Amino acid sequence: MKSLSEKNESLWLMIVSPALWAAHLMLSYITAAVWCAKFAGPDGTLRPVRWAITAYTALALIGIGMNGWSGLCRHRFGSGRLPHDSDTPEDRRRFLGFATLLLSGLSAISVLFGAIVVFYFEDCR
Amino acid sequence: MRTSQGDPEPLDHEPPPDLRRSQEQRLLTAWATPKGWRYWSEVNNTHVGLWYTATAFLFFLFGGVLALLIRIQLARPGNDFLSAETYNQVFTVHGSVMMFLFAIPIFEAIAVIFLPQMLGARDLPFPRLSAFGYWCFLIGGLFLCGSIFFDAAPRGGWFMYPPLTSQYQPGIGADIWLLGFSFIEIAAIAAAVELIIGTLQCRPPGMRINLIPLYCWYVLVAAAMVLFAFPPLIAGSMLMEIERAFQWPFFNPAGGGDPLLWQHLFWLFGHPEVYIIFLPSVALIAMIVPTCARRPIVGYGWIVLAAVGTGFLSFGLWVHHMFTTGLPGISIGLFSAASQAVAIPTGVQIFCFIATLAAGRSVRSVPMLFTFGGLATFVAGGLTGVMVALAPFDFQAHDTYFVVGHLHYVLIGGALFPIFAGIYYFYPLVNGKKLSDTLGRIAFWITFTGFNVTFLPMHLTGLLGMPRRIFTYPAGLGFDTWNLVSSIGAFGIAAGVAIIVWDVLRPKRKEAQSERNPWGAGTLEWLQEMPSKPWGVRSIPEIDSRYPLWDQPNFVRDVDQGRFYLPDADEQKRETIVTTAIDAQPVQVLQLPGPSFVTLCAALTIGGFFIFGTYHQWGLAVMSAIAAVGVICYWLWTGTAIIPSRAEKDVGLGLKLPLYVSGSTSVGWWAIFITMLADLTALLSLVFGYFFYWTIHENFPPDPTPGPGVFWPCLGAALALGGWALTVLARRWNRQARAAPFYSALVAGAACAVGGGAALIAGPWFTGLDPKTHVYPAIVWLLMIWTALHIGIGVIMQFYCLARRLAGRMTPACDMDITNVALYWHFVAITVIIAVAVVAGFPLVK
Repeated sequence: MKSLSEKNESLWLMIVSPALWAAHLMLSYITAAVWCAKFAGPDGTLRPVRWAITAYTALALIGIGMNGWSGLCRHRFGSGRLPHDSDTPEDRRRFLGFATLLLSGLSAISVLFGAIVVFYFEDCR
Repeated sequence: MRTSQGDPEPLDHEPPPDLRRSQEQRLLTAWATPKGWRYWSEVNNTHVGLWYTATAFLFFLFGGVLALLIRIQLARPGNDFLSAETYNQVFTVHGSVMMFLFAIPIFEAIAVIFLPQMLGARDLPFPRLSAFGYWCFLIGGLFLCGSIFFDAAPRGGWFMYPPLTSQYQPGIGADIWLLGFSFIEIAAIAAAVELIIGTLQCRPPGMRINLIPLYCWYVLVAAAMVLFAFPPLIAGSMLMEIERAFQWPFFNPAGGGDPLLWQHLFWLFGHPEVYIIFLPSVALIAMIVPTCARRPIVGYGWIVLAAVGTGFLSFGLWVHHMFTTGLPGISIGLFSAASQAVAIPTGVQIFCFIATLAAGRSVRSVPMLFTFGGLATFVAGGLTGVMVALAPFDFQAHDTYFVVGHLHYVLIGGALFPIFAGIYYFYPLVNGKKLSDTLGRIAFWITFTGFNVTFLPMHLTGLLGMPRRIFTYPAGLGFDTWNLVSSIGAFGIAAGVAIIVWDVLRPKRKEAQSERNPWGAGTLEWLQEMPSKPWGVRSIPEIDSRYPLWDQPNFVRDVDQGRFYLPDADEQKRETIVTTAIDAQPVQVLQLPGPSFVTLCAALTIGGFFIFGTYHQWGLAVMSAIAAVGVICYWLWTGTAIIPSRAEKDVGLGLKLPLYVSGSTSVGWWAIFITMLADLTALLSLVFGYFFYWTIHENFPPDPTPGPGVFWPCLGAALALGGWALTVLARRWNRQARAAPFYSALVAGAACAVGGGAALIAGPWFTGLDPKTHVYPAIVWLLMIWTALHIGIGVIMQFYCLARRLAGRMTPACDMDITNVALYWHFVAITVIIAVAVVAGFPLVK
């Protein structure tokens, strides 16, 4: 029962994946903006930026995957099933895990949405 | 429903009638509303929330009248009903009022009324902060709205793009917008702090995080969004006001500035704001739908995903307002992708509502009518939103009436109709009577029809090429008929709204009192007796379910008979229970402050700073700011961190709770933490500006760097960090009851801090940076002044703690003041490090 203590839970874990999405978006945007403004010029190549965004995407997806996996494990804790609406520490844990899992899924999709730009843009125009 | 073993049960016997009567009498005394003119000193959430809501609606009606003026002017080509100058003021004030004085405040207003009731709390944790927020809102709103009657209103659009507003609009219109709304935004942040802590720490015992009403999730997310969305706008407004008043060229290309920086800062606020408006409104739907479907919501977890996910994604969309500004294609692509992704969580919640209605036994009612109307309208607006999120389409539709049509579908469908649904649904909680079903249906169909007649044609006029923000247009371009149709429709909306207003205001004395819980809802707000009692909830219940009124046996009886927690007010003080954020374990009885005019005085004096500043009466503005500091110190001194007469209190059911808590368990500590997160966001917005200038200039910072050098900023940082370290030590020595070291540390810390602030200012001063000549000295000066100002406030706090200890209002055990001040100083230390790293460090590594 100790592992179900409130002290072992955190609302912050829920938002790790969306935060990784935000970091991915901002890093991609800043990298592209700084590269085009300070290094490549208005018509310069985006090749390094595309590689950088690919790397950011891989890192973000790994992080989101890990967070999502931990959410899945908590969601499957014990024998409970959705909607996780009982007044028990088990269901509270499952609910937070489920929310983490869903937010990880949304974040992964959003990261992939953003990463599509590497296929379409070759220069800074 | 399964409950935790060992959960406290309500008393198994009815308390004796004499005891109940005396308990109720004491509760009534504690929560009595002041009479006569003192009524306006009330801080109870029910009253403040009602003022807030009524005032927001008055502003809404005012904005609506302006909208009608716009539509009259545009009804036919070449119309001269309004001059171009007046039209500019009218459409600017219309947009600004609807966004800043209605859409956002109404969210906070409704939440202030109902959040405590949904949580079974007697009030929010900082009632005076709610009242303060209301007075700021009222003063700022009247100031802005009044300006149009003196031909002095802002006229640069609700988005205030420079250089139009920074260089080509003399007069005080733009200043009124910049300073007036900054004032209101500070109040909005205060309300957000209140709502976040209310949701996380004032839940009833047992209401675990998986059991809280969906409305609370939405409010939590929207309030958190306010913290991060408003500071960029406050920072941007500060930059523009300084440019207008003192000619520091932040947005003027002649001095190295760039108007695009404003667009970034504005839309960093402006796009999340759409969701700050939308989420709390859809939250009302999330409460109405289960009640009307007679079953629990389908997909509770999915809706939480939708609320939190939308909150995050909405911060990644701001650039889609800037697709035509010449950004690189890859930047546009990134934000276009995020703009499409946000449709996923938005759609998820709508599917959950539909599934709930499909799975339940839906009851026809006026709230459901407005709910359906709102959802259908919002979906249409969302789809056109996906269209304009596609950059190639946006290039065509940008700045046309297509966008006007789109945004009104989103805002009226996503916010206004749900709010009308909420009015019909929650009205019995406000005055104990139901609104008329007949009038409600008539109002809905007239409003809904009028709305579509008004805004659907705008998509066509936009696609035909009619630009936004024009005061008239020539005949024969294909705009004439559609504009006339839109104008006719606008009066339809007005007629529908007039019926709703009449329904709300018409005398109802002869009508029967509404039955208790007239809709048969399952959530706690419907515990309210009819007519209501000022205490909110008779006893604070133990919660075992998401819908306790449906699931917990004898629940209403047990609450009413005082069988749960805190059924009494033995000290005749206003009290509520503070619980933990995850499992809602009770940790404290929070004694709440009662009625006071200090909130009004604080709002007046802070408002004075902004209003005098608008007229560039800087002497009076500074005096007003000094008066505000005095009033706030008095407020804190007399109303916060009061040492209780006893350590613990019996709250019933065998539970004793402390009356005084400090550190990260206390609501005050979290208030400082959350406020400072917003403050840090404002600093990061300024730093963003610094690096934005770096990207657009070949030579930024200039080489050789004219200042502020390394010595002064580093000396300032070292001294300021010394002030921080000594404050942290003072906290420790106070806890150890070592009075002399405590006082010494605070005095030495204040001396260090003053020296540090002075050294930071000395950098640009002694290196002769002139902020009027170029944006580089301007941004350096601003970062240093910002940091020094924070240090100055920290020094006041240090002396405040010193005085509290001397006066015996702070002790080693009751140390909330120094604990919270130390937390503030942690943030000051972060501010100092960031600011100095930027102004002194970046020129070295560039």
